[in-house]
Amino acid sequence: MIEIKDITKSYGEGDAAFQALKGVTFTIEDGEFVAIMGPSGSGKSTLMHILGCLDTPTSGTYLLDGKDVSTFDDERLADIRKDKIGFVFQSFNLLPRTSVLRNVMLPLVYAGVGEKEREERATKALHAAGLTELHFQHKSNQISGGQIQRVAIARALVNDPTLILADEPTGNLDTKTGEIVLGTFQKLNKEHGRTVILITHEHDVAAHAERIITLRDGLIVSDSKKHARKHARHVHD
Amino acid sequence: MKMSDTLHETYSALSANKVRSGLTILGIVIGISSVIAMVSIGTGASDRISSSIESLGSNLIQITPGAQRTQGFGASGGRGGAKTLTNDDAGAIATQVGNVQAVDSQVSGRYQITAKGTNTNTSVQGVTSAYPQIRNLEIAEGSFISDSQNDSAAKVAVLGPTTRDDLFGIDATGVVGQSIRIKGLEFKVIGISVAKGGSGFMNQDDMIYIPVKSAQRYFSGDQYLTTIAVQATSQGVMTQVQQDITDLLLARHKISDSTQADFSVLNQNDILGAASSVTTTLTYLLAAIGGISLLVGGIGIMNMMLTTVTERTKEIGLRKAIGAKRKDISTQFLAEAIALTMIGGVVGIALGWAISLAVNLTGLVTTSVSPVSVVIAFGVSALTGIIFGWYPARKAAAMNPIDALRYE
Repeated sequence: MIEIKDITKSYGEGDAAFQALKGVTFTIEDGEFVAIMGPSGSGKSTLMHILGCLDTPTSGTYLLDGKDVSTFDDERLADIRKDKIGFVFQSFNLLPRTSVLRNVMLPLVYAGVGEKEREERATKALHAAGLTELHFQHKSNQISGGQIQRVAIARALVNDPTLILADEPTGNLDTKTGEIVLGTFQKLNKEHGRTVILITHEHDVAAHAERIITLRDGLIVSDSKKHARKHARHVHD
Repeated sequence: MKMSDTLHETYSALSANKVRSGLTILGIVIGISSVIAMVSIGTGASDRISSSIESLGSNLIQITPGAQRTQGFGASGGRGGAKTLTNDDAGAIATQVGNVQAVDSQVSGRYQITAKGTNTNTSVQGVTSAYPQIRNLEIAEGSFISDSQNDSAAKVAVLGPTTRDDLFGIDATGVVGQSIRIKGLEFKVIGISVAKGGSGFMNQDDMIYIPVKSAQRYFSGDQYLTTIAVQATSQGVMTQVQQDITDLLLARHKISDSTQADFSVLNQNDILGAASSVTTTLTYLLAAIGGISLLVGGIGIMNMMLTTVTERTKEIGLRKAIGAKRKDISTQFLAEAIALTMIGGVVGIALGWAISLAVNLTGLVTTSVSPVSVVIAFGVSALTGIIFGWYPARKAAAMNPIDALRYE
């Protein structure tokens, strides 16, 4: 569970200071599929960095599974990222010249998991993300953009995280491929009960989530639960 | 992160950029191999110089004439060319100085030598019967000059093996008993010396020995000597003998101020010490040249690693986002730098060894690669990796994952 209370984030000092987040509060239960929306400059990237434990807030508290991570130092944040968070970025998700399987196993490498278990868990995660053994040994530059994002999703899954955080995961994809990737998120959320937070500036993409939090100028302007969410078809390929 | 994973990452990172890695390694290879080769050559040269000095004779003290003093403002004669040592000086040393094993009086000159249709120009040494003992000279055929032949200024000669080859040909037999002409005077060959393997100015194989009194009578025409060689009874008494000889000769030459001496007394240990200090300096100099190229190689490593870190900024950000700690990142980059230098070190040692062997084959210097220098070279190469990889690795580890991911 994620509980955010009065989070602010400022950059710079004095007159040049810029407040990216001006007091944001919300709670996300386990198993939710939330989209965080807003135009550029709304503070959504800053919020995503804080949610992903890549950065700490200037003030406010962030409870992740009951633990206040807002005051953690670099090394402890790295531990939290390793154990509780799976990232899917817009681009540069995979290590170049490295096989799909090795990419997915990477978080487990840093977690010190043994070689055999790594491979089992990576295989499971790749299957869950809709990829077959056919692709496992391909290098990351030999697969399509849609496949790259799904490998990234598999990697985000592999350490069994509390939260999957996706930052504009469809930003570099065409609409059709983007749909497939969003479908994968929906499937993981629905069938595997994964908590997914999707950061986007597109309405169409946000519409795939159950709940949309909209940010503007560092504040929440709306937090709506949708009942009829847009369904994307998850397909295997 | 496990060791095997670190190695896996290192291998894939280095093999991703083979040309660049190869060139960087080459820098280290050149550095390490030059250290190994140069030190081995330096050591070899130093050994060679010491052994050739020792082959001149053991516990040897040499007295040579100094510059002849002139009254007033006259020009002084060249050092060594003066005529200040006489047969009587040599005799006095033999009888009045203690701990002296043998004394040899010498007169040297260079003359034209002829034998049945051949001729050569070589060094003619007027010596006494003490020469073979003092100079470690052995006789291969015939005999050496005897005291009676010296006293009677007999026209007899002992040839060095090179001189014999020059005059009579390499396959010549029965040379002993034949005649040669030195400056037109006929001498009878009574012996051939054993090869000592010298070279250059002091080639002891290219020499003719005749009785010193014959040399004085027929060639120099006076009673002066060019060298008095004294063999002390042991290494330990050499300094004392050297001092006694100096005192005796000063008294005989009626010189009260030792700085005005018209001769110089050289202890073989002094020559050895001077030569070895020269060769030690030479070895250091060679090692320093190698060290500088190693330093340049190390800077090459650092340069490559800094470029790599910048190029892989996004990768570092990604690794950090998925849970890599500072230590994981710094270990990875440090491992790459150390791998580069270790590979360079191994190849460099092999190459340095090969160079050293090749130099050996030329026969100029007998080189030897000591295990210690190999161990040091290997340690230095690993250390180079750590030193020059440390800063780039730390830079990589300190990257903020957000900035790293956003880096364009």
